[in-house]
Amino acid sequence: MTYFDQDLTSLHADLVAKKISATELAKATFANMAQVDPQLGAFLNLNEDQALKQAALLDQNGIDANNLFAGIPLAVKDNIVTKDLTTTAASKMLENFVPVYDATVVDKLLASNALIVGKTNMDEFAMGGSTETSAFHVTRNPWDISRVPGGSSGGSAVAVASGQVPVALGSDTGGSIRQPSSFNGIVGMKPTYGRVSRWGLIAFGSSLDQIGPMTRTVKDNAAALNMIAGNDVHDTTSSKREVPDFTAGLTGDIKGMKIGLPKEYMGEGIDPKVRAVIEQAVKQFEDLGATVEEVSLPNSRYGVAAYYIIASSEASSNLQRFDGIRYGFRADDVKNLEDVYVRSRSEGFGDEVKRRIMLGTFSLSAGYYDAYFHKAGQVRTMIINDFNKVFEDYDLIMGPVAPTPAFKLGDEVSDPITMYMNDVLTIPVNLAGLPGMSVPAGFADGMPVGVQLIGKAFDESTLYKAGYAFEQATQVYKQTPEVGGAN
Amino acid sequence: MAEERINAEQVQHVAGLAKLEFTPEQLATFTPQLEKIIGMFEELSAVDTTGVAVTSRMSDHTNSLREDVAVKSDEKLRQALLDNAPETANGLIKVPAIIDESGDGE
Amino acid sequence: MNFVTTIGLEVHVELKTNSKIFSPSPVQFGAEPNANTNVIDWGYPGVLPTPNKGVVEAGIKAATALHAEIEQHTYFDRKNYFYPDNPKAYQVTQHEKPIAHDGWIEIEVDGKKKKIGIEEMHIEEDAGKNTHESDYSYVDLNRQGTPLIEIVSKPDISTPEEAYAYCEALRQRIQFTGVSDVKMEEGSMRVDVNISIRPAGSDKYGVKAEMKNLNSFNYVRKSLEYEEQRQQRVLMAGGKIQQETRRFDETTGKTILMRVKEGSDDYRYFPEPDLPAVDIDDDWIAEIQKSLPEMPGSRRERYINKFGLTAYDAGVLTQTKAMSDFFDATVAQGADPKLTSNYLQGDVNAYLNENKVELLATDLTPEHLAGMVKMIADETISSKIAKKVFKAIMAGSEPVKWVNDKGLVQLSDPAKLQPIIDDILDNNQQSIDDFKNGKDRAVGFLVGQIMKQTHGQANPKVVNQLLMTSLKAR
Ligand SMILES: [Mg+2]
Ligand SMILES: [Zn+2]
Repeated sequence: MTYFDQDLTSLHADLVAKKISATELAKATFANMAQVDPQLGAFLNLNEDQALKQAALLDQNGIDANNLFAGIPLAVKDNIVTKDLTTTAASKMLENFVPVYDATVVDKLLASNALIVGKTNMDEFAMGGSTETSAFHVTRNPWDISRVPGGSSGGSAVAVASGQVPVALGSDTGGSIRQPSSFNGIVGMKPTYGRVSRWGLIAFGSSLDQIGPMTRTVKDNAAALNMIAGNDVHDTTSSKREVPDFTAGLTGDIKGMKIGLPKEYMGEGIDPKVRAVIEQAVKQFEDLGATVEEVSLPNSRYGVAAYYIIASSEASSNLQRFDGIRYGFRADDVKNLEDVYVRSRSEGFGDEVKRRIMLGTFSLSAGYYDAYFHKAGQVRTMIINDFNKVFEDYDLIMGPVAPTPAFKLGDEVSDPITMYMNDVLTIPVNLAGLPGMSVPAGFADGMPVGVQLIGKAFDESTLYKAGYAFEQATQVYKQTPEVGGAN
Repeated sequence: MAEERINAEQVQHVAGLAKLEFTPEQLATFTPQLEKIIGMFEELSAVDTTGVAVTSRMSDHTNSLREDVAVKSDEKLRQALLDNAPETANGLIKVPAIIDESGDGE
Repeated sequence: MNFVTTIGLEVHVELKTNSKIFSPSPVQFGAEPNANTNVIDWGYPGVLPTPNKGVVEAGIKAATALHAEIEQHTYFDRKNYFYPDNPKAYQVTQHEKPIAHDGWIEIEVDGKKKKIGIEEMHIEEDAGKNTHESDYSYVDLNRQGTPLIEIVSKPDISTPEEAYAYCEALRQRIQFTGVSDVKMEEGSMRVDVNISIRPAGSDKYGVKAEMKNLNSFNYVRKSLEYEEQRQQRVLMAGGKIQQETRRFDETTGKTILMRVKEGSDDYRYFPEPDLPAVDIDDDWIAEIQKSLPEMPGSRRERYINKFGLTAYDAGVLTQTKAMSDFFDATVAQGADPKLTSNYLQGDVNAYLNENKVELLATDLTPEHLAGMVKMIADETISSKIAKKVFKAIMAGSEPVKWVNDKGLVQLSDPAKLQPIIDDILDNNQQSIDDFKNGKDRAVGFLVGQIMKQTHGQANPKVVNQLLMTSLKAR
């Protein structure tokens, strides 16, 4: 069973009509995963026994015709905690860690009777853009297994792109949903900060992190966001705004929509082939009756510096709890308390995580705070103001997701700066807390390229509306990758 | 900009704060990497931020306060928490002796 | 050379809320190790803090009691440091925008009043508790997340005596707000001090020495006295004071060096991104302040001006809120203030000390105390009988009913007393003769006989009057 020819609506119809039972669907899904995933490495840990038990129960009780997710197999990024199911954040630090509670999004998945088939690979603690910093194994891009899947939600992106699951959850701190979605030719939404509860998401950058859905189609994505969104008493930063029906505006009609194209997003450093795909997308939007005009986000060029200061600072503090005392990895033969701390952390964390902890600790330390952390917080305000100004006149902003298509495994992991610069187009969205979505737009050298749509805060609806019209007009999503796909 | 932004000694100091240790070989790779990244951070010094407020919280509201009602965990959770700890004794978390009593930063 | 001493105090007070500051776990002493904890208290991966409204409200109360300015836009920060009792390796506290600042309290030393400034007051979470045993330490996270307020004084305290008075005044005011038990012995009030000296005339503060977690106000005073002397000796000998943390040794009365501080600790404070800011508007402040009980100073004034008590009596009655509330409630029942004050300070306090109980833990009620005091005032009972009644009300008895049941109402009616007196005189001719011969002792003997006959219930004043008249008539 692959998920190339079916979306949530058709799967749900089949389940309700008993064309297929939940158990059959789950078994077929695991069978396909066993076939496909060894070449790709999207998953770190499977949940087969539990999922099959749940499916059997569903078959016994009947599929609720009003519940789109009943019996739907899906994947969860491994930095989202799942009770009694090992959750590692792809770190040796949590190699054998079994959470004692469920993340709010997991509670919601389970309440909708969706089946969690497994936990997906990622960059360690979500720090990276290629999934190569995982402590366990690399994940390969199904369109070309010599290439990276992007990251940090690389496993979730690959699980969807290779047809193993119709929906996966990822998390996005600086582009970690959108960039792998672009690299794998799927739809990935980073919702507005506060739209989805962060309770149970292993924190990286607390003022930046959001969980979001990754799917093959825009409509599935909208439905999945509806399932996980909403205020949560466990996350006091989560918004109390009402969550609209994101699938409501998917008409294909976007006549009169005003779209801004930041000139800073199309300039130097963007691969010309990627630029060409975006220019094609601009034409497509114009053909659909939208107007696209050049706008400016003058401070976005400072986004990378501001982001790496803020995200690393928050991370340095968030990751201090991994100290070898209450849970997780503890180094062997520790002689004293200092050993427990220093050796557990030095042996438990990988290089990229240590690099970020060092950068963050430095940026917050006495004598440097003002020049780095404080300054970055001010630049963040300027970046937010840039967006606000554009949104006075435009409904949404479009641009590329990443400067290049998926690069080769091993190409960039050794050079942090190049790696960090890849996030230049996604980072400002996190700094401003806005919703951002990647929608498949075309190909460059045979690799998928996504278009990024950026919306006003809490206006995911407009992104879905525009994304849906674009997707239906282009039909790019119908192409399937080398591994897992048919062509 | 040949100016040294961070040297091996500072890296060691920061590592001390972060409870990390690096071998001399690791330091030899890490220090220039960190120096380069911090150099990239310094782009910000070119931005005129006079009078610009800092953004540090992203929530769209203030005052998300919980009523003062106590909820006691069940014994099962307590046991599960203790089971996850590398070392425990009599319901307490066990660690090698704390020598520096002044670590208490209240 | 003459020196000027500057003393600063940082006082932590545990708030008496139902639940912790950032998690719903109970705040409660004496639970099984780690029983009052959850995933938040353990700093589990993925958890987030949920702030307690009750803590903010307690903060507003305490700030009001300290005459402090309440910050209308306040927020939390993280203070980063590794320690086994600090599960997240950061403490959520307030660094940039504490909930209150610029307050003061009044102290009195040797009859002289002085205002001591409060620099700031912030709310924060307490850490867990470590116990040590040879090669290992053990961590109990029950206390982790208990709400604290930390009160930082301005450098206005210049003698150990003033520091002592400041602690007393602070404890009293906080205790009256009801937000904490403020008990040093239970750790709900913890005092850190710092002290520096400088030559008189110099306007530059000297180098501070710090002492943490002193166990009593007495130790606060003693350690500061010792430290003041020590620093003077060092400077007089041409030495230099180092910035250091010292420990007070209770047996020798000396302070001992623990560690020298090089520069300040690097806690890498930054705004806590997991918690929205807290806006406190005037309406909210007014609502909380409305619920605040009257503070001790105002009560003392009332006791002196309205009830005519001495300043000393007013001081004793306002030492604890429980005592002062009890006094007010008793007087509200119509009991004489002076007599009530005497009983509370005398017999009641003696009872509390003897039995080592707190006033509210006894069976005594303001109604019962008022009942007894009123019977004394209107001479329904004699002071002798009152001793018995006091025992009864301490055991929970209703005094009027008890006195009636036991038939202990004082005999003041001359018509009832005269026959008894006549009878006794008839049988004691010798005493009458003695009286006539100027032996005054005879009167005492006769009164004793009358009291014996009436089981102590006779009103001594009336008996005396009737007896003298009868004797003279014989
Ligand atoms: Mg302090
Ligand atoms: Zn404190």
